Amino acid sequence: MTADREYDDIPGTFVFDGRRSRQGYWINQFCMSLRHEANREAFRADEAAYLDRYPLTAEQRDAILQREWIHLLELGGNIYYTFKLAACDGLTFQQLAAKQTGVSEEEYLGMMLGGGRPIDGNRRTSEWATTGEGANHG
Amino acid sequence: MADLVGAIGTSHIPAVGVAIDKGRTQDDYWKPYFDKLPPAREWMAKVSPDVCIVVYNDHASAFSLELIPTFALGMAERFGIADEGFGKRPVPDVMGHPELAWHLAESLILDEFDMTLVNEMEVDHGLTVPLSVAYGQPDAWPCKVIPLAVNVVQYPPPTGNRCFRLGQAIRRAIDSYPGDERIVIFGTGGMSHQLQAQRAGLINEAWDARFLDLLVNDPEAAALIPHIEYLREAGSEGIELVMWLIMRGAMNPDVKEIYRATHVPTSNTHNGLLVLENA
Repeated sequence: MTADREYDDIPGTFVFDGRRSRQGYWINQFCMSLRHEANREAFRADEAAYLDRYPLTAEQRDAILQREWIHLLELGGNIYYTFKLAACDGLTFQQLAAKQTGVSEEEYLGMMLGGGRPIDGNRRTSEWATTGEGANHG
Repeated sequence: MADLVGAIGTSHIPAVGVAIDKGRTQDDYWKPYFDKLPPAREWMAKVSPDVCIVVYNDHASAFSLELIPTFALGMAERFGIADEGFGKRPVPDVMGHPELAWHLAESLILDEFDMTLVNEMEVDHGLTVPLSVAYGQPDAWPCKVIPLAVNVVQYPPPTGNRCFRLGQAIRRAIDSYPGDERIVIFGTGGMSHQLQAQRAGLINEAWDARFLDLLVNDPEAAALIPHIEYLREAGSEGIELVMWLIMRGAMNPDVKEIYRATHVPTSNTHNGLLVLENA
């Protein structure tokens, strides 16, 4: 049962399963700490020193410092946790979504106002193989 | 016995809370959505429940990866508002109903649903936005609230079928409660949306419409939708819709659809609203 990872075939998607949860535990627990204003202030004052509190890998630590939003997910971050880092920077969820998809805020907002990213062409990784990225417009 | 007088399904999009809190509901972006709320609010005012059981998920607010309960029932007299990373929403604290909550806990556990019982917990937008959708901006929420937090963040969430059966068990518990409280149950979250990674912004209106039709008219079939279908068709965060099956399970097999409204987009999400009464 646990070998069935059919969802790995969904393009542009990191299903937060046990593999990712184990890998990203400290990324996510760091992000969780940002729900307290005192911690947000301490992090903003000296990000590197604050991260010393957590046993992150060098790669995870760098991804946090560089705000590599997709790489954070690749390293086990979960979107609800990484959003706390984005919110600490003053971003909305829609702004974070734009950054993850590599388009401007205006372009992302335009896609959503047009009905969102369509499902056709975005179900399976094989559908992305030819274009190299998600179909934005139906 | 207590009386389950109806059910609401609603998305719980944080931006809706921000729009209400900052007085933006009549802005061009927001007005089309907020114009769809009055029938649901009028229904809530008419049925005037004493207690709302709100099925929602915590978004890394009360629970982190340190502890991940699949079904967590809020037992407290009062639930404070969580700081989710950008300050607390300026909404009233949520008052609980410990007597009914303990009845639910005892009934559900003896009915073989192994609930986690939570005596101290703050609640986040997953619970407070649905209350704002239903009630607007009162000085105090006009009902007691029993939070039922479902894990949908750490894969795997409970199956749709397990959620539906839990809803049925909640109904048995309500029917065996000696008080005369009038109760509304909320199923929240969804509909289709994906917040993460390169596929963020996914919306699937056709799938959502089919889900709502099945939920209302053939919930046993809706309960059998596998996780892979939610993830693929409704987006990785669209799997929150399993929580609507808890709400539906608590209702009679036959229901009357009082109101349905949907809106695209709200932030990154297909926003859904559904009001049901027992037929």
